[in-house]
Amino acid sequence: MADRPMLPELMRAHGVSRRGFLKYCASLTSALALPPALAPKIAYALENAARPSVIWLSFQECTGCTEAITRSHAPTIEDLIFNAISLDYHHTLQAASGHAAEAAREHAMKENYGNYLVIVDGSIPVDNPEYSCIAGISNLDMLKETAAGAAAIIAVGTCAAYGGIPHANPNPTGAVAVSEIITDKPIINIPGCPPIPIVMTSVIAQFLTLGLDSIEVDELGRPKAFFGETIHDRCYRRPFYDKGLFAETFDDEGAREGWCLYKLGCKGPTTKSVCATVKWNDGTSFPIQAGHPCLGCTEPDFWDNGGFYKPLSAPAGNYRQAGYAAIAAGAALGVAGGALARATKAKAVAAHEVVDAHDLEKKS
Amino acid sequence: MTATLDRGLNALREQIDAPVASFFTSCVSCGLCAEACLFYKETGDPKYTPIHKLEPMRRIWQNEFTLFGKAKAMLGLGGKVDDDMLTEWETLVYDSCTMCGRCTLVCPVGNDITLMIRKMREGLSASGHGPAELNGAAVRHTEGTSPMGNLEKALEARVKQAEGLTGLEIELDKEGAEYLLLLSSHEIATGPEMIESVAKIMDKAGKTWTISTEGFEATNVGIQLGNRDVAANLVSRIVKAAEKLRVKTVISPECGHAFQAVRWEGPNLIGRAYKFEVRHIIEVLDQLRAEGKLKTNGEKDPAKITFHDPCQVARRGGVIAEPRNLLNMVADNFVETEDAGVMNWCCSGGGGVGANQRANDLQEKAFGRKKKQIEDVAPEKIVTMCAFCHATLEDQLENNDMDDIEVASLTEMMAEYLED
Amino acid sequence: MNNAYFDLLMWARGPGFTIALTVMVGGILLRLVEILLLGRKKDFAKAKGSPVAQGIKTIFTRSVARKGMMKEAPVTYVAGYVFHLGFAVAFLFLGAHIALIKSLLGFGWFDVNKALIETAAALAVIAAIALAYTRFTDPVRRALTRFDDWVVLVLSVLPLITGYIAVNRVFGVDATLWMAIHILTAELLMIAFPFTKLMHAVTFAVSRYYNGSIQGRKGAES
Repeated sequence: MADRPMLPELMRAHGVSRRGFLKYCASLTSALALPPALAPKIAYALENAARPSVIWLSFQECTGCTEAITRSHAPTIEDLIFNAISLDYHHTLQAASGHAAEAAREHAMKENYGNYLVIVDGSIPVDNPEYSCIAGISNLDMLKETAAGAAAIIAVGTCAAYGGIPHANPNPTGAVAVSEIITDKPIINIPGCPPIPIVMTSVIAQFLTLGLDSIEVDELGRPKAFFGETIHDRCYRRPFYDKGLFAETFDDEGAREGWCLYKLGCKGPTTKSVCATVKWNDGTSFPIQAGHPCLGCTEPDFWDNGGFYKPLSAPAGNYRQAGYAAIAAGAALGVAGGALARATKAKAVAAHEVVDAHDLEKKS
Repeated sequence: MTATLDRGLNALREQIDAPVASFFTSCVSCGLCAEACLFYKETGDPKYTPIHKLEPMRRIWQNEFTLFGKAKAMLGLGGKVDDDMLTEWETLVYDSCTMCGRCTLVCPVGNDITLMIRKMREGLSASGHGPAELNGAAVRHTEGTSPMGNLEKALEARVKQAEGLTGLEIELDKEGAEYLLLLSSHEIATGPEMIESVAKIMDKAGKTWTISTEGFEATNVGIQLGNRDVAANLVSRIVKAAEKLRVKTVISPECGHAFQAVRWEGPNLIGRAYKFEVRHIIEVLDQLRAEGKLKTNGEKDPAKITFHDPCQVARRGGVIAEPRNLLNMVADNFVETEDAGVMNWCCSGGGGVGANQRANDLQEKAFGRKKKQIEDVAPEKIVTMCAFCHATLEDQLENNDMDDIEVASLTEMMAEYLED
Repeated sequence: MNNAYFDLLMWARGPGFTIALTVMVGGILLRLVEILLLGRKKDFAKAKGSPVAQGIKTIFTRSVARKGMMKEAPVTYVAGYVFHLGFAVAFLFLGAHIALIKSLLGFGWFDVNKALIETAAALAVIAAIALAYTRFTDPVRRALTRFDDWVVLVLSVLPLITGYIAVNRVFGVDATLWMAIHILTAELLMIAFPFTKLMHAVTFAVSRYYNGSIQGRKGAES
């Protein structure tokens, strides 16, 4: 560990001034929704942080999460934080390949046993572990083996966090989330398809600076700082929802005017993420701003939650057949009930005994 | 034979049809019918809420005419209808309902509660729960010619009297006459005025008319009692007489329930359409007026006059404009009471209540509504077109020391001011 | 890992809705056919007015309180109107509901401002409370009220309240959970529909028609 350069040295090497560093600490504090008073603490922690070993495992995934995290254009601060760790294994990014790559992983695990951080993207097939192997090792085995010496695990992307797209119905590989295999290590989920880059880097930074315990997570293992509110509640199109102004199709006036996309299936109301405020590409845009309804990708099973373009309020099941059956059954039962009622009446009419005026009193 | 619970329940079953089923399904127990009911308004007792008076029939409908109700009844949740229940309900259905029909017009879901009371009475009368006075009247009318017994002799005497008073010849049982006049026994019992008035008016109008000695009584206790067999027997006498004399139009006299009996229920009681028309006497007079055949002498009654709309003729009979057209010819100072016309308050005596001794005290109380309505305009004279409203108003005004107000028949009033 | 709230929402939107729709549609049809099949006897009395025309007319005109009645039961009338109109506005004009209607029927209509929807819903709830209050205090209404009436009242108010909570996340509740609860309360209302007095929302038209046609035949008002 001693031979590792501390963060300030690295910063100097990257041409970042002390002022720039403090500014970063302040914005990180804000991104994490921590009190501003904590900024100096973050600065101190980062300054004194040794570059911990990080092992990044990619399983059943599309590399979108890696793509996203690398889209933080260098030399931005995201790039900096990327360098603040020792990324010892990441088979997309590392130079080594084949046996050398696996050797690097094994080496890092051995050197830093009990202290390294595991980042996972992609889900793990359990129906038949051989569906996805790296260097002849199944994802399942590699995860178990690597997780054994980890200090903590960060599941990046919805696949690692909740099973994601591979887990979608009919889930041919039996894909599961990291948390369903590893139950004895702290796991932080950063879902999204992909997650927002700054959310990934910020969580890693918070883990490095303030420690695991400082990251408050919700019932789905997501840091509350980034997954505490729905997109709908923070969406700039929300005023249109409130006014009852909706795009009905993708090319109507409402769509051009930038009205609410609820009726086009937007999942903003049920999706927790900071997409609407933090956005992508350095705060440039996010899906709803680009004119597309939110897919709800930070939520488990988002692929199967009733269809991307079906409004949240619309029925998601196959109710139509049942409805027609109900019409037929209701009519049939109604006819049966009516027939019985008519029979009751017909019987009464048949039983009618003509009442004479002399029959009006009860004679005992 | 004797009235039994079984016959009553059977009669109730016979009465249930799509309207009844729809009405009970629609009721949301909002209680607005009570606000239209003179018995509730004057007593404040919630048991007089109109829809509540139908509970036994509602149970029969639910338990025996609906699938869900049958299922409920199988679980023992249906609620029974027994003789004790009917005993409790007979006072609600006969003593505290004049079938005035106000509730029917205010029900927000459109329930014809009055129609259902009429149907309820079928069950009650067949099970021996009809009021004794009405049962007695039914026997008298079935055995004789009117609910007061045999009245042909009295009728003949009144006709003679009327002939004497008018100098006109009144031919009884005249075949081929245009009009056949029916009378209510009240009108025969109290004097010759009605016959006299009609004779004068018809003479001026140049119309032929007659009275049948075989079917002159218009009232039908079967309707008040709610017994269609009794009612059908009584109404068929009129039909037979009218068809025998081949008259064009039968005149229903100034009587509310008689108009319902002869005009609206009659064809359904005998199960076919009539071969003649039935019109209320005021409809006939108004038509004569429109044809220029009813002219007055130009004089008008100077008294402050108001009009009492009889429920069965006005609200439930659709004769509202006609009496006013006529009154305008003879009244100089005509004032309408509040709620006049469609929503007029009942005299408190209709639907058999007036004949039912047990209901006397309650009726007197219920008259309070009508009393207030009258007091508000303080008329000198109340004109009406129903002999029973007429008699009830006179009785109740006397009970309330208001007998300085005169009650008059519209037909008689028209005759009084007839062109010389 | 799954989101229990979202699973509940998906159940409500999926099987829950299918069950509720089936019960409601089938049940209403059952009861309606059962009523209509009973039929009524042909009326032999020569008509003075027009029974059919007046029957149809009365379906609409009976919505207006008869002159003088409003003052006899002001709470029942005013709260009754406010509740029905408020419920109708909140149900029929919220964008999310129109999206539901459109997916069911293939057509929809205009949306209105959420503030208006919420005002309507709030007024409907207040009206329902007033109606509940008079079910206790008014002797007639108390005597007439059965368990059924309370079920109907509570079930019709629940979707209004849960909808408001879900949309505005009152007390910071979870949006997904409360959207699910809102839909489930609406489904409860749908399921209860054919078994309770909620049926009046369908059969009122039938009853008013009969009432109008009976009076209309006589040339009398209705």
